[in-house]
Amino acid sequence: MNKPNTYRAGVDEDGHFGIYGGRYVAETLMPLILAVEEAWNEAKADDDFWAEFHYHMKHYVGRPSPLYLAGRLTEHLGGARIYFKRDELNHTGAHKINNTIGQILLARRMGKTRIIAETGAGQHGVATATVCALFGLPCIVYMGETDVERQAPNVFRMKLLGAEVRPVTSGTGTLKDAMNEALRDWVANVEETFYIIGTAAGPHPYPSMVRDFQCIIGNEVREQLPELEGEGRLPDSVVACLGGGSNAIGLFHPFLDDDGVRIIGVEAAGHGLDTDQHCASLTGGRPGVLHGNRTYLLQTEEGQILDGHSISAGLDYPGIGPEHSWLRDTGRVEYVSVTDTEALDAFQLCTKMEGIIPALEPSHALAHVAKIAPELPRDHIMVMNMCGRGDKDIFTVAKHLGVGVTEE
Amino acid sequence: MSRPETRITRRFQALKEQGRSGFVTFLTAGDPDPDTAREILLGLPAAGADLIEIGVPFSDPMADGPAIQASSLRAIKAGMTLAKTLDAVRDFRETDDDTPIVLMGYYNPIYIYGVDAFLADAKAAGVDGLIVVDLPPEEEGELCLPAIEAGLNFIYLTAPTTDDERLPRVVKNASGFVYFVSITGITGTKSANIDDVSGHVGRIKKATDLPVAVGFGINTPDQAAEIAGVADAAVVGSALVKVITDNLDAAGRAGPGTVEKVLDLVGELAQGVRGA
Ligand SMILES: Cc1ncc(COP(=O)(O)O)c(C=O)c1O
Repeated sequence: MNKPNTYRAGVDEDGHFGIYGGRYVAETLMPLILAVEEAWNEAKADDDFWAEFHYHMKHYVGRPSPLYLAGRLTEHLGGARIYFKRDELNHTGAHKINNTIGQILLARRMGKTRIIAETGAGQHGVATATVCALFGLPCIVYMGETDVERQAPNVFRMKLLGAEVRPVTSGTGTLKDAMNEALRDWVANVEETFYIIGTAAGPHPYPSMVRDFQCIIGNEVREQLPELEGEGRLPDSVVACLGGGSNAIGLFHPFLDDDGVRIIGVEAAGHGLDTDQHCASLTGGRPGVLHGNRTYLLQTEEGQILDGHSISAGLDYPGIGPEHSWLRDTGRVEYVSVTDTEALDAFQLCTKMEGIIPALEPSHALAHVAKIAPELPRDHIMVMNMCGRGDKDIFTVAKHLGVGVTEE
Repeated sequence: MSRPETRITRRFQALKEQGRSGFVTFLTAGDPDPDTAREILLGLPAAGADLIEIGVPFSDPMADGPAIQASSLRAIKAGMTLAKTLDAVRDFRETDDDTPIVLMGYYNPIYIYGVDAFLADAKAAGVDGLIVVDLPPEEEGELCLPAIEAGLNFIYLTAPTTDDERLPRVVKNASGFVYFVSITGITGTKSANIDDVSGHVGRIKKATDLPVAVGFGINTPDQAAEIAGVADAAVVGSALVKVITDNLDAAGRAGPGTVEKVLDLVGELAQGVRGA
């Protein structure tokens, strides 16, 4: 494939990144999608919209999040200088709130009075329930039945925040089915409802809109690094984990046209890519069409969608944002994968070395950092997105380490 | 682009000459198992189906309600695939060369099969038209335009949310008929309101000279009759699928009399339509 002039041109008029993306939705939804696109195009060009967004980022979310030199970890690995972008310090404990603030501001601009969302681990559900409480809007969160059981603390959090959590039993009762169910709700409640999608996937304009909200991560890194490492200094590499790909695209996108910056996305290999128990759509799936966009998917020979597996519920999605599919095919971004076991090891390493309990999602990114950092020179600057904190994961980790912890 | 002449166009012409509306059945291919599904399919024309829609099973049927979702999963579990759906059509054509067959489903299984191979195989098997729920006109380059080239009708859905400004875009490359989704919602969950439907059908008729079929919210012979009074055809799906569901035995297999019970309801609905 020819190298494009820029990797940051965004998305074409019809919502495609190369052959990926698009608007593969039923006609009932199409007018709604077009209305979101129109409202988003207006909002995007409006300084007042961004002023409101940045006001909330600063005063409510607590941004900018620090860029922190993980000194002991750097020393321990003995190679690249490792920085964490501390998005786990955001209000609600992950990057998800950057997106939910952005989308609820758009929903309000559109005069929508009812919010729906899908969630897997519950992080996006909590972030949505939070902004709905903030703006006093009713919130309905669809969550796979199995996830409702696995993620009981987040279910309770959402309820405390005033959201209604609807367990989804259709299909296989997981994140993909929660997304189907949210789309079905939207079709049935078209007038008043806004669907806040939790990652950089779905029909156009969601993938590029969610990316634009999450780009605050990479843009801050561009400002913060020179303060720490000298004027004009860019990272030599940036690393992030991929579920649907929103935290990763938020870190990557501002650096796509900087040739010197190596960019690495880390998928969940679950029990291994040679098993059927993984969630690595880009490294173990193939292109298909689901949830409104063409992208890499886990699927059978017949085009039926498969459920993924990962120890991290937040990476447990059989698809991936379409922009990542395009970045994979163009070769601009390297995509690799990390197993459950490797992520668990990284989780413990980070906890003991840095006093930071990472979520299991960025533990995947960290596991890859730990693999490659030792081989890199000491002046190599690597920035990893610490996109979530691990409080939500301690029960899962305890179970895997064979330690008894009760939730009471 | 010129509209392909198919069994669908011929059938609507014949219905017009008879001065009545058509009755369209929807069932999922291979539900609850390939043998039962075959018996039902072969019995549909005699029971009163004027057109037959066959659902291609998909793991993630976004626009469908619980009844059709479950039928899709049953069929997949019973080994149904797109290739086998085409086999079923070929088998049907051995004894019936007149009744139009429309495949209805989602894009991914077709995309994975390969668009060109699928269109060639579908045409050869005796398929007349396609309804692909998640391919709006914005994505017509994917399948709609190639389907017309291959001589198949591509049938577009229009919804209550499709306003007058958008309608011409939707019907632009439609052929065969236009399918009006009579409710804002998924299949089998609400009932159509006849006054609303009548108004929307009128709007669509202003935008196209194609026949208009109405579906998604029709469950009883009375409703079918009512809809047939204002549209060129009435489509019933979930209500038929529910007969299969209600007759499953404890092990989830087709219970005794399933085929007859489905065909009986087809007969009642067809009478409703014919009496309109
Ligand atoms: C902390 C954290 N990181 C990452 C993800 C994966 O999502 P994405 O790839 O969109 O960033 C999630 C999803 O729940 C999450 O909670």
